[in-house]
Amino acid sequence: MLTKRIIPCLDIRDGRTVKGTNFVNLRDAGDPVELGATYAQNGADELVFLDITATHERRKTLAELVRRISGEINIPFTVGGGITSVDDVYNLLQHGADKVSVNSAAFKRPELVGELANEFGSQCVVLAIDTKKEEDGNWYVYLNGGRLATTTLCTEWANKAVDLGAGEILLTSMNHDGTKQGFAHEITSELATTLPVPVIASGGGGTMEHFYDVFTKSHADAALAASIFHFREIGIPELKTYLAERWIPIRNDLII
Amino acid sequence: MNVAVIKYNAGNIQSVLYALGRLGVEAKVTDDPEEIQSADRVIFPGVGEASSAMRYLKDRKLDEVIKGLYQPVLGICLGMQLMCRHSEENDTGCLGIFNVNVKKFVSTSASEKIPQIGWNTIYNLKSDLFEDLRENSYCYFVHSFYAEKSVFTIAETEYTKAYSSGLRRANFYGVQFHPEKSAAVGEKIITNFLNIAG
Repeated sequence: MLTKRIIPCLDIRDGRTVKGTNFVNLRDAGDPVELGATYAQNGADELVFLDITATHERRKTLAELVRRISGEINIPFTVGGGITSVDDVYNLLQHGADKVSVNSAAFKRPELVGELANEFGSQCVVLAIDTKKEEDGNWYVYLNGGRLATTTLCTEWANKAVDLGAGEILLTSMNHDGTKQGFAHEITSELATTLPVPVIASGGGGTMEHFYDVFTKSHADAALAASIFHFREIGIPELKTYLAERWIPIRNDLII
Repeated sequence: MNVAVIKYNAGNIQSVLYALGRLGVEAKVTDDPEEIQSADRVIFPGVGEASSAMRYLKDRKLDEVIKGLYQPVLGICLGMQLMCRHSEENDTGCLGIFNVNVKKFVSTSASEKIPQIGWNTIYNLKSDLFEDLRENSYCYFVHSFYAEKSVFTIAETEYTKAYSSGLRRANFYGVQFHPEKSAAVGEKIITNFLNIAG
């Protein structure tokens, strides 16, 4: 049976992992390759590396990092951050990335999604959406790391992006991110049950029960989290055992 | 050991090279018939679309080269599908090494998304390719088309229905999943392939 995926996310700045919530209080958390390899050994199903480097050196350092990750890590990984063109993606795939995630650049120029899908296949294009529920009760798309509001509804953009060729949706609820109060049930469920592609839920996972809920109640195909794994509040082996004991289909075979 | 990875217009070749590199094997990526024919092992990887891949292979006469290989050959994902007889993906005639048809998944419920993306189990394992692996080991899959079950099936997986996740005929092996991305299980399968008596 196809299993639900647990995906640790590593934020990268200048080639180092940083820890922090909502881009504040960033602390150095070591070598992303070492941390990623540890997660892979502990049973992570995939990894996401999100580059938040702001300098113009970014492209070169990221490619070099991706090459090092490919040399060490034996599970699929996605790379995101600042991708705006087919060339960017070609460069990352040449260094061994399996998928890329695109966010603001795809919203500003939706043709990018189709270009990437045509060139590399939908399976390699993850569309990341940052969304926020506002007082009118609607979920809107936000850009630029959640700093720029748009007037577009999350469901609209998700559907359009899938039509254009996005192979997965990485959905982050800004209302829930960093709260550890659980994933966003409403919007995750709406997308996961209506879109023909997998939905990765992100933001709010704080306890093992939250992961159980996001898979059962919200029907997410995968769940992503960062700080609870980095700060070792939840261990991946313990989380997977907890879920397996509750009949969630999960890959739980660290010993072959 | 001299390992050739067939170079063509498909993705994920880099991932296969990195996986071999993690096992200490430096492979040669090549579309040169002589280099392919003289290799000890040949890997035929691929993520992409069947008809354009077949056209590319035929234009370079690589279709005949692959069919004529004597050494162990491992097709991965699209590579395995291209080793079958026919693919529903753009109604493509394939290499015909395995007399098997490749069909598109038909979802039977809203939770069965297409493509299948993620970790699923392989079972009814046969052949030396899966030596020392447990039944129901987990492997990483990304695909919309599947090979039907047949006499060549050496591993099965269930998604919408039971299908062939591994095929073998003589020296030709194929796997639908990505051993290069399937953690320790995948590394064992690649190692087993490299250890098959050529």
